[in-house]
Amino acid sequence: MPPDSPPAAVPAPDLSTPAPPNLIALFVAFAKMSLAGFGGVLVWARRGIVDQHRWMTADEFNETFALCHFLPGPNIVNLTFVFGSRFRGLAGGIAAFAGLVGPPAVIVTVLAALYQRFGEIDALRRILAGVSCAAIGLLISTVFRMMLPLIKRRDLVGLVVMLAVFAAIGLLRLPLPAVLLVAIPLSIAITYAMRRKGAT
Amino acid sequence: MNSDANPLLALASTFGLMSLFAVGGASTAIPEMHRVAVDVQHWLTDRQFADIYAISQLSPGPNVLIVTLIGYSVAGIAGGLVATLAMCVPTAVLAYYVSRVLRRSSDARWPTLIQAALVPLSIGLMGASGFVLARTSDRTVAAALVTAGAAVLASATRLNPGWLLLAGGCLGFVGLIG
Repeated sequence: MPPDSPPAAVPAPDLSTPAPPNLIALFVAFAKMSLAGFGGVLVWARRGIVDQHRWMTADEFNETFALCHFLPGPNIVNLTFVFGSRFRGLAGGIAAFAGLVGPPAVIVTVLAALYQRFGEIDALRRILAGVSCAAIGLLISTVFRMMLPLIKRRDLVGLVVMLAVFAAIGLLRLPLPAVLLVAIPLSIAITYAMRRKGAT
Repeated sequence: MNSDANPLLALASTFGLMSLFAVGGASTAIPEMHRVAVDVQHWLTDRQFADIYAISQLSPGPNVLIVTLIGYSVAGIAGGLVATLAMCVPTAVLAYYVSRVLRRSSDARWPTLIQAALVPLSIGLMGASGFVLARTSDRTVAAALVTAGAAVLASATRLNPGWLLLAGGCLGFVGLIG
């Protein structure tokens, strides 16, 4: 499996496609996107990959993102790794991953060290408490925005699955693996059954 | 405290396993992180967990870096490194192989079916994240109002999230949150 065979197998008829990026270009590009991305890197990743560098078309990007979204783990990390390896094999994946995670991990470690040293200072405590209240509000609004399509489609099954998972994890505090081992097969089976019913 | 076990090993196995169950991204695994780090392993207190979440939101980069912070508070720089790699590498390798297989197969129906089935699951998990975090952070009425206000503003407007975090920090600094 030569690492450069997939792009060769799917030639994009796009005249503006530049040469595939080298390892340093991958590292730098992902470091930039990552450092720009307050509260989520995805927006910046799309802007960088599709609009700025034209390394992928919008459709290719959506396809790759969809794949990484249904696989477990941090989506943007998966996307970065798959993206890098598409151009330069495993080394490309590692270079892009190092760019995405390395520089912000250094920043976050410095912040953690400062917190351990000064975390008991009253003013800092109050500021962090305020930031975390607002950050939770942002998370809740993301959940709300993701829920809207389900409500609009009157997707009762989806809403019931959503509420059941919420109750199991948020209220009952059951372990995640146990909940998912039940919920994932069940949800896939229901979705499959509904689609078959819809098709016939 | 699970002091007989090597903390790095505990971090690696905890987050390596957790990553495989983090459907829909790192923020869906926050209740599980809280359960393991606060309730099971006693690595952090409730308050420290809330602070770490705030720090992770204040810094640039992917959401997964909250894991780096948990690892750092358990075992320093090595802990941060081990936790981060354990959370990222197994699923990245999985994604790499699955993407190679899918590019060669023409049957694109399964991914969309699985994805459709997983969307409500990940919304439920993220809702639980918000709930668990709110319970650790919003201990006063004022704090709950700030969370609610940020949620409404972020849903109704296209305001840059950074401004809301900054506003929350200012309200906290002047002592409104308590």
